[in-house]
Amino acid sequence: MNYLIGLLAIVFFFLAVSVIAKSVKLNRKLSGSENEDSTVDSFNNANGIGMLIFWLLFVILGSWSFLYSKPDFLPIAASEHGVKTDNMFWSSMAVVTFAFFISNTLLFYFAFKYRFNKNRKATFYPVNHKLELIWTVIPAIVMAILVFTGWRTWRDITSQAPSNAAVIELTGHQFGWYVRYAGADDGQLGNVNYKLIDETNSLGIDFTDKSSFDDFTATELHLPKGQPVLLKIRAQDVLHSVYLPFHRVKMDAVPGMPTKFWFIPTISTDEMRAKLGKPDFNFKVNCTEVCGRGHFGMSITVFVDEPEDYKKWVAEQKPFLATNPGFLDKVPANLKAKASKYIPTEPIATDSTEAVSVN
Amino acid sequence: MSTAISTAEEVHTHDHDHDHEQEHHELGFIRTYIFSEDHKTIAKQYLISGILWAFLGGSLSIIFRLQLGFPGMSMEWLRPLLGGWIDESGKLDKEFYLAMVTMHGTIMVFFVLTAGLSGTFSNFLIPLQVGARDMASGFINMLSYWFFFLSSVIMFSSLFIETGPASGGWVIYPPLSALPQAMPGSGLGMTLWLTSMTFFIVSSLMGGINYICTIINLRTRGMTFTRMPLTIWSFFFTAVLGLLSFPVLLSAALLLIFDRSFGTSFYLSEIYIQGQALPNVGGSAILYQHLFWFLGHPEVYIVLLPALGMTSEIISTNARKPIFGYRAMIGSMMGITALAFIVWAHHMFVTGMNPFLGSVFMFLTLIIAVPSAVKAFNYITTLWKGNLVFTPAMLFSIGLVSMFISGGVTGIILGNSALDINLHDTYFVVAHFHLVMGAASFFGLMAGVYHWFPKMFGRMMNKSLGYIHFWFTFVGVYLVFFPMHYIGIAGFPRRYYTFTALGNDSMAAFTDMNSFISIAAIITFGAQAVFAWNFFYSIFKGKIAPSNPWKSNTLEWTTPINPEHGNWPGEIPAVYRWPYDYSKPGAPDDFIPQNVPHSATPESNLPEENAEIAREKDIDGLLGAQNESYTH
Repeated sequence: MNYLIGLLAIVFFFLAVSVIAKSVKLNRKLSGSENEDSTVDSFNNANGIGMLIFWLLFVILGSWSFLYSKPDFLPIAASEHGVKTDNMFWSSMAVVTFAFFISNTLLFYFAFKYRFNKNRKATFYPVNHKLELIWTVIPAIVMAILVFTGWRTWRDITSQAPSNAAVIELTGHQFGWYVRYAGADDGQLGNVNYKLIDETNSLGIDFTDKSSFDDFTATELHLPKGQPVLLKIRAQDVLHSVYLPFHRVKMDAVPGMPTKFWFIPTISTDEMRAKLGKPDFNFKVNCTEVCGRGHFGMSITVFVDEPEDYKKWVAEQKPFLATNPGFLDKVPANLKAKASKYIPTEPIATDSTEAVSVN
Repeated sequence: MSTAISTAEEVHTHDHDHDHEQEHHELGFIRTYIFSEDHKTIAKQYLISGILWAFLGGSLSIIFRLQLGFPGMSMEWLRPLLGGWIDESGKLDKEFYLAMVTMHGTIMVFFVLTAGLSGTFSNFLIPLQVGARDMASGFINMLSYWFFFLSSVIMFSSLFIETGPASGGWVIYPPLSALPQAMPGSGLGMTLWLTSMTFFIVSSLMGGINYICTIINLRTRGMTFTRMPLTIWSFFFTAVLGLLSFPVLLSAALLLIFDRSFGTSFYLSEIYIQGQALPNVGGSAILYQHLFWFLGHPEVYIVLLPALGMTSEIISTNARKPIFGYRAMIGSMMGITALAFIVWAHHMFVTGMNPFLGSVFMFLTLIIAVPSAVKAFNYITTLWKGNLVFTPAMLFSIGLVSMFISGGVTGIILGNSALDINLHDTYFVVAHFHLVMGAASFFGLMAGVYHWFPKMFGRMMNKSLGYIHFWFTFVGVYLVFFPMHYIGIAGFPRRYYTFTALGNDSMAAFTDMNSFISIAAIITFGAQAVFAWNFFYSIFKGKIAPSNPWKSNTLEWTTPINPEHGNWPGEIPAVYRWPYDYSKPGAPDDFIPQNVPHSATPESNLPEENAEIAREKDIDGLLGAQNESYTH
């Protein structure tokens, strides 16, 4: 509402200015002081002064709106690299805001100060190499510093994931995310093949790969706090993009080209709820690459657990094979024994001839 | 082609025979106003098409801004216009929302800011400012407009088909754009989009070749490269950019057409959609992005450079002061042009591209800030100690410089790959490019229209309406795009129908701000009606223009108030000096046009300029050769 009032105020301000200016013009016309031939008209001063007023209002409203919105933007970073990029973001913002402020101030101040005056002549000042050199070199140095710090951070973020990272696969599809965990036993994701996708096996998990036996799927993303997490990202149909706003994680999901992003979550869901005073707070995964009708709603919930809770949660999950024992048929004969371990109930007939025929 | 040139040349020959009046009557209405080969008419055709497109593109943005500012509002009142795109509950259809976002981007980037800006002013100003009777090939120039027109008709018609226009964003990334089953807009709408863009590219190339040829070959005697106005330099670089990058977009589009219609797998691999595994393997969706952005990034400069060039000219004229650092301005434009080709992958930091490439592109991207900063500082220094006349064109030019700075500085943030992770595809990006590319270029377009309207139509636009238009637009654009940075920093993704899925009341925190932005956008858009009225009214009823209304130095003001085909009734004037001799010490007037020889201004010549007097004979001696070039 404040914004609406502010906006209306500005609109009326300009309406008032234009009305006043109009009447000034009429007055001058009546008194005959308007020089018809001149390219300079009676609005020239008003426009020049308007430039300065504009900039003053801009600075005031800009600062106010910044302070007003600050509590709501750039939510607390909940990952290790997120804290670094946030710091870099604010320091870079300080640098560019300084440049923005100085150059706009000069622009509008000069516009005001050097507005037309028929008793004055402009200064013929076509070039000054020294000045030009100064404002080539200074931005170049600032850029070099920004590039260097940015490059170091980028290099760290995109480095190889630590070998102890929890491996989790996120697969985008219209319109949702499938989550698959590497499983409690081998810590490796099994292969998937898009041609194996069916109604049950919505990921196309390939059961000829023994790594897939202990893989389990989930409808939510659970992450261990304080431990590296490697997201392996896929898409089934069109481009999607994994976005965890609080964790400063973003990576496209590309059909046919697996991508990855690793990071360390630092704040558990419970801690975040306490911090924000919102008991129903939840981290989210959203999609940031337009993918069709349901793009804006493509989100799942993320739980960052304390490491022991995470372990407990993982232990509770049943491998995909356990909940869908029918897929044992797809396992090659030589791996059948290994796969059978994951079938909880009475083992399905281990009739080797049948298994071979399936293959 | 050769016959076309000779047709155009015959006209010029007749001009010299002083019977051009008769010649023009012979051309008839269709050859004069529709299939015209006169660069001025073609420029006006581009301008008016661009203005119509701009209103369409703008009104699309207003509709989706309504949805964003007032989520779920009833749009029942739009049903007569949009029909089935308003769903049963009276809300905007979610797919149509995406279609509008896509068409807004396509229309504004290509049809308004490429064709409407570069097409208009390159056509209008190049022959007039370099001193040529017309473009190198009037016929190709005419074809260029009519290919653009054909492209426009196709794109426009795609708005009316049942499955809707292309809807996958203006970048039309496959596989979304390649698979009709992925969204309805990827069906016929996308076919029309690709067809339209193919013609558009043909049009751009024809235009670009003509601009380059004309600038290199048809400069009048004495118009050396270092005496060319910065407008011409900017059009030259723009044409080079377009000529080298648009073909790459064409190849991207062709491969996409193959994937869509002929079963190839350039961009498609391992896709399971709508319960079906597609046979395509081995393609790369990222390949498309590389090809697209190889045009897409230079495209930013294709729309921006002409605006910067015109602004240089307008600021210098109205500051009554030479542009500061003429050569640095050329150098920085040259630097921007070269760098524009090697920064494209900064749009792709988080596509899964090799991170090392990301580092390289971050480095190259941030370099581009240096020439841009030089330009901004040079504009500011040009104002310093000037004697500023705030014509509407001057106001829009100053507005451009401000937008260029305000939008440019956030490019430094986004060009940093580590920071781009969080900001990529959020409203921060939307705010950034709308200021630096959208608004800045739009302000350049408006500045150009106000400044050269008297030359185009022989009449003046109403200045007071121009001021009102400027202040509403200037304030409005900042009110729309400045708060958008906040929404972006908060992580709101672009192309979202609504933000409910972000959860945690984050949407509520910015509800007011989104409403505010939408209202500001509506007011700003409404203010454009002032311009439209002023523009069309002044074409017919404006005050008759004096021959040099802004007391400017460049050659176009040496033509008659309403130049005929051929531009100058007599000889083309020669050029003896650079275009920025404003307020020269010692000179009686505060401007010395380019066609005034140094021998005529001994009182104001700088010491080194007295040497120029000796060379004037050489320049005059070229007259015969110049006339020859138009007659053989």
